[in-house]
Amino acid sequence: MTLDRRSFLKLVGVSAGATGAAALPMIGRAAELMPKSGKRVVVIGGGYGGTIAAKYIRMMDKSIEVVLIERNDHFVSCPFSNLYLGGLMKDLAPLTIKYDKLAANHGIKVVQAEVTGIDPAAKSVTTSKGTLAYDRLVVSPGIEFRTDEIKGYDASTPDIMPHAWKAGPQTILLRKQLEAMKPGGNVIISIPLAPFRCPPGPYERASMIAMYLKQHKPGSKVIVLDANPDIVSKKGLFLKGWKKHYESIIDYRPAKKVTEIDVKNMAVLIEGLEEVKGDVINLIPAQKAGHIAHVAGLVGEDKKWCPVNPTTFESKLHKDIHVIGDSSIAGAMPKSGYSANSEAKVCATNIVALMNGKEITELSAINTCYSYLSAKEAVSVTGVYKVNAEKQVIEGVPGSVAVSPDLSEAEAIYAESWLKNILTEMST
Amino acid sequence: MMMKWREWALATGVLAVSAMAQAAPPSAAMLANACAGCHGTNGGSAGPSMPSLANQSKPAIVEAMKKFKSGERPATVMGRLAKGYTDADFDAMGEFFSKQKLHVTTQTLDKAKIAKGASLQESNCGRCHIEDGKEGKDDTPVMASQWLPYMQMQMADYQSGKRKMPEKMAEKVKPLSAADLEALLHFYASVK
Repeated sequence: MTLDRRSFLKLVGVSAGATGAAALPMIGRAAELMPKSGKRVVVIGGGYGGTIAAKYIRMMDKSIEVVLIERNDHFVSCPFSNLYLGGLMKDLAPLTIKYDKLAANHGIKVVQAEVTGIDPAAKSVTTSKGTLAYDRLVVSPGIEFRTDEIKGYDASTPDIMPHAWKAGPQTILLRKQLEAMKPGGNVIISIPLAPFRCPPGPYERASMIAMYLKQHKPGSKVIVLDANPDIVSKKGLFLKGWKKHYESIIDYRPAKKVTEIDVKNMAVLIEGLEEVKGDVINLIPAQKAGHIAHVAGLVGEDKKWCPVNPTTFESKLHKDIHVIGDSSIAGAMPKSGYSANSEAKVCATNIVALMNGKEITELSAINTCYSYLSAKEAVSVTGVYKVNAEKQVIEGVPGSVAVSPDLSEAEAIYAESWLKNILTEMST
Repeated sequence: MMMKWREWALATGVLAVSAMAQAAPPSAAMLANACAGCHGTNGGSAGPSMPSLANQSKPAIVEAMKKFKSGERPATVMGRLAKGYTDADFDAMGEFFSKQKLHVTTQTLDKAKIAKGASLQESNCGRCHIEDGKEGKDDTPVMASQWLPYMQMQMADYQSGKRKMPEKMAEKVKPLSAADLEALLHFYASVK
């Protein structure tokens, strides 16, 4: 890792102005947070991937100490946050988990801190609270935005044109903007080029926002500006649902890549030319692996995502570091919460095997992902995944990768239990 | 010589195969853990419409998966997911979940219905749903502590003909009223 002097001093809690360079030799490096005695795995990120990796390692081998580092004291699920935007949930409480029970039930040490660097050679993680040594490291940091690809985007843009693609304050802000919008106003949803977190997510969002507008903002429209040439996931089902419920509300426009924004005039520009104005603008920028993956040099030649071994999820760039979830290149598995859950278990199984000098096990993983079209109808996509031994990539098992035949009320009921179970898995 | 062998191995894919040979085929736990995102850790479900698989009988799981795969049993996601597995995979999953301890659910149940169900169950269902539904004859599923909403959804599928009832079950269910059936489900959900 590289830190400039200012960041370094900030990291170790020394004011640059007051003490200056004289303090540097004394501090040398940040203090060790928890000295390591036995075998230890450090997990970065307390989301869909990290919580499960931490839990399953402890379930499989109690002799391995597991430290889970997360910057927040809670986690808000992105899956189902579109239902909140549509008004089907009054707050984000049903989507929020804490770590206390997970920590107590499995003896996981949870550290609330910001990770600032990884030293693969020294096998050490630097956090805002000190350093942590590891034998193996699991990196599950989710996504970061490629905001540099949008002209006019700066640090304050998300306060005006929220992405709401990381659930929490951004989701609440977007909901408030929708509530405050005048009837007849237009909502823009700008979808980036794939791959991005949750392929059907933007289209579910269009459905949920349209549902809200239909009930509460007569005359309003959702203008979907999709950078992709077509709907990325569950296309037939979304089109069917939109025709059934939101025909005059959703205006879907393919191959419309937003490259520039005009925050003052609440407008976006497509390929720098065509201007589209909105009263509410949900600007979802293109994505890449979480920030720490870039800092630690885990990102591949595409400068976006992390190449990994498809059986162990060990980084192809740094030994003893495993990358799971949205940040990883997991072949045919989509960047979804369920994928992260399933990848975490495969990774945990093989980390335990490797740390005990045992044989690793082939991946068998699942993705199941629901999208709501209306208050009572949902659709799903499923897939069972295995590794193609020759190509060494994760592929879907033929027949298992498929979508619902139609909109379904039963699927909406099952989806609720999906959420309950997956969040319970992560938090207990 | 070394280089030549390597080139030959690369060309024929021998290296790739030998690299994979280091990984054992998916274990029962590897297969079953993937199910837990929806069915709960070790098959103990926290979601009322998703059945617990923990402590379920192995033949019941294997039969259910085979029927999902063939389409004989109606499904939403399960018919698709089952197509990703072999019969041997189903055996392994069944073995894994049958060995987990019963997941005791906490759910709101009606005491009067439980009592009524208790009086009906032995003579009507007890031959196959053995020991108050804690065990099942042959491929009869374990019902003890199962989620009431899940069982109600299954019973609705049986009643509508969407899901085919086993003949012996159909004989017993036919004379029972809707209230009787509801009482029976409350009873099984209450068994701990």
